Amino acid sequence: MATVPTTVDAAGLSWGPRALLRRLRSGDEVARLITLIFALVVVLLTVLLVYQLWVNSAEARHRFGLSFLWNTTWDPVANRFGALTFVYGTLVTSALGLLIAVPLGLGAAIFLAELAPRRLSDNLTFLIDLLAAVPSVIYGLLGVFILVPIMRTEIQPALKRAFGFTPLFQGPVYGIGLLTAGLVLAVMIVPFIISVSREVLLAVPGDQREAALALGATRWEATWKAVVPYARTGIMGSVFLALARALGETMAVTMVIGNNPTISSSLFSPGYSIAAVLANEFSEATGNLYLSALIELGLVLFLLTFVLNGLARLLIVLTTARGSGVAQA
Amino acid sequence: MNPRMLWRKSINVLMLSLTGLCALVAVSVLFFILGYLVYHGGRDVNWNFFTQLPKPVGESGGGMANAIVGSGKVLLLAALFGVPVGLLGGVYLAEFGGRAIPFVVRYTADLLNGVPSIVIGIFAYAVAVMPVHHFSTLAGGFALGVMMIPIVLRSTEEFLHAVPRAMREGAMALGASKWRTISSVVLPAASRGILTAALLALARVAGETAPLLFTAFGNRYWSPGWGQPISSLPVMIYTYAVGPYEDWHQQAWAAGLVLLGLVLVTNIVVRTVLSRGGSPQRS
Amino acid sequence: MTLRRLLGFAVLAVLFTAPAWAQNINAAGATFPYPIYSKWFDEYHKVYPNVQINYQSIGSGGGIRQLLDKTVDFGASDGPMSDDQLKQAGFKILHFPTVLGAAVPSYNLPGVTAELKFTPEALAGIFLGKVTKWNDPAIAGANPGVKLPADDIVVIHRSDGSGTTYIWTDYISKVSDDWKSKVGTNTSVNWPVGLGGKGNEGIAGLLKQTPDSIGYVELIYAIQNNLPYGSVKNAAGEFVKASLAGVSAAAAGAAKSMPDDFRVSITNAPGKGAYPISSFTWLLIPAQIQDAAKRDAIKDFLHWMLATGQQDCEPLAYAKLPKEVVAKEEKAIAMIQ
Repeated sequence: MATVPTTVDAAGLSWGPRALLRRLRSGDEVARLITLIFALVVVLLTVLLVYQLWVNSAEARHRFGLSFLWNTTWDPVANRFGALTFVYGTLVTSALGLLIAVPLGLGAAIFLAELAPRRLSDNLTFLIDLLAAVPSVIYGLLGVFILVPIMRTEIQPALKRAFGFTPLFQGPVYGIGLLTAGLVLAVMIVPFIISVSREVLLAVPGDQREAALALGATRWEATWKAVVPYARTGIMGSVFLALARALGETMAVTMVIGNNPTISSSLFSPGYSIAAVLANEFSEATGNLYLSALIELGLVLFLLTFVLNGLARLLIVLTTARGSGVAQA
Repeated sequence: MNPRMLWRKSINVLMLSLTGLCALVAVSVLFFILGYLVYHGGRDVNWNFFTQLPKPVGESGGGMANAIVGSGKVLLLAALFGVPVGLLGGVYLAEFGGRAIPFVVRYTADLLNGVPSIVIGIFAYAVAVMPVHHFSTLAGGFALGVMMIPIVLRSTEEFLHAVPRAMREGAMALGASKWRTISSVVLPAASRGILTAALLALARVAGETAPLLFTAFGNRYWSPGWGQPISSLPVMIYTYAVGPYEDWHQQAWAAGLVLLGLVLVTNIVVRTVLSRGGSPQRS
Repeated sequence: MTLRRLLGFAVLAVLFTAPAWAQNINAAGATFPYPIYSKWFDEYHKVYPNVQINYQSIGSGGGIRQLLDKTVDFGASDGPMSDDQLKQAGFKILHFPTVLGAAVPSYNLPGVTAELKFTPEALAGIFLGKVTKWNDPAIAGANPGVKLPADDIVVIHRSDGSGTTYIWTDYISKVSDDWKSKVGTNTSVNWPVGLGGKGNEGIAGLLKQTPDSIGYVELIYAIQNNLPYGSVKNAAGEFVKASLAGVSAAAAGAAKSMPDDFRVSITNAPGKGAYPISSFTWLLIPAQIQDAAKRDAIKDFLHWMLATGQQDCEPLAYAKLPKEVVAKEEKAIAMIQ
């Protein structure tokens, strides 16, 4: 019989037509194909989304070009739009949120995974997961009615007294503003960090901890130096989840951030984030340039997420160079 | 006991107490929020709430029966779309993939996760509503499903990776094909974590308002089938919370409480049903 | 096997079909009239049980857009559609005024119990950021005998696009050329100063919590939330505190010169007792509706709204349409084909 040319690839799989047919009959190949298709669905959806954003923001892109990125005016009446103030607000509030939520969440996760009795830990985590289901609107209402007055009357003045010499804590105290928004975000993203980190920590094989303890480590040392590094990528994954939510959070943020497109070094000042302005103005916006400018903001947020994700991954690659034998990010 | 030992022991106590403090803070905030919701919402959660349609302002006895059913329907669709895609995609990344494709898929999943819910809503509107010129439950399920995918995908991959090689190798040594290994050994071992992630994703989308506003729209009445606009708890909460009337605010809190209850019940039901299958418990 | 298949089809049929007897009409638009619209549609449903009008308050702009996209059967807006928007539609759209509302200047001044009077110049100056202190002569001049503090004014405005902002900026544009050239009229503007609250609720919340603040909210909100609000000087020179009577007076003044398409702004209306920051709110209905059942249902509803529905207005703090406008609208309904 004539030999049909078959090529063999790096994974040792043959690719000629007859070989392909043979492989397709084996369950493994079918499984590989099916799961590949589903994985690519994700990419397809994202590409479709970006395409929609790109096409619908055409008018604004042509009108403003790159200057959209550094302009600070946002004037729907005069039809002049610029994204910088929103980018600033998004970055500052998300950074604040992460700064507060990550140590808190990780600490709580370690406690729940390593120290707490199993049943207590299970039940508490169960309830913490519920927090993720609380609608953004309710977080916003709680923020406005409870957090804002406390910020205005107690916390912000105290911060001002203690740290007022730095530009971060100067200026009039309204209660709402960048700091409050960051705090609300922290509360909203902490459940993700706790829940996922705890699961990952629980999944670390017992030998890791036992080996460290056998070598004479204290409980904390065993946890911090043997268990946590093993779970590092999972924990980073939870931080990514949290960051993503922080960047895209709309309702709660818009209720406490002050919705004033200004850039100020003080954390007490009101600000504005991309997601918040989209939530506020999209439903009411009429006028093609206005709409397309809003969609271009969506595109800018996407770009921001792209860059931040890239930087975070770079960070992981650099710190994982020491290697913990686990999968890459 | 030498000084270094003393130092190490004190650090031990200090750090462990700190983690306890973190947990305490997190849990107190949680209980505070839950308590607030129960206090404010509990008053209005009565039989009417679960069985009546909304009544206009000024009339008492209205409820959110259609919103409760609506949320249930939309979340069911979201799970049916989001979980399989995320799960199977995660399986590919963890078990079959090389370097390039998984990197791209992971990256795009994280990007998709960071898209504000309102942009997802706009996207779903353009894809699922505009072409057919009407709002529908299906479009709502699609929008929320898209939001669930990245969480399920990334978590599935993580938990599959965490399954020790020994288990896989054991199965293969017994002659199982790759797919058999995955479905009978690896997935069950990771099922606990994956389930947590899926329920977390469901919880997250259960409270989303913006995507539904543009896809499922909202409905004051019952919505038969899957092709009509449908009411949902988050949309009702949003509409009532920003209204001028105090009894609307009451209803909004009550709806928030019921929403949490819905998620809680789903959590419990799914966990008990699936744990009867018995996943290997860690020591 | 065939039995199972039949069962399957039955289940699918139940899941995918709607009862044929129900007329489902979808509408979207302004949040301001949502309370009364929901009451009307509910009442109408009681009278005609087979008609279900599902109205969702996603905002005036949203309503217009959904109407243009043809994903809803009619829309609602606090501000009339502009000529550009009408041209963009590609099909003819008719405006039908339904109720009247007002925006009021609400404030939080601890220690001041008297009701403040605001001149147009004072309001414009405050929102432009030119009048910065409460004891500025622009404010003090209209309020003799009231001890105003020397504190900074905290301005609060809407962060989200809204019909209320449209009314407010429309009024200030009419009384201040400075505002007109620098800021202008729209549902969303580039505010020179101030904090943004989301929705009437957001502004009300901020007002309650921020001393020395001033903002604008719909009349209903001020009443329902017990917010103090001041009176405004109208075109006739009187200081009028917003009330249903004052709003109707503003509409009556405009009724005589009402254009045929009902697109009119009644801010700063002439006439005694008229409250200057009032406005109509409109239903936006396509002039051509193909589905005969839907068309009849909508036309019937409009007749019902003008005849019976108007009685529901006052208890909910909306002002009714003046009778001249009602008569004109009755005739206009015939234009829906």
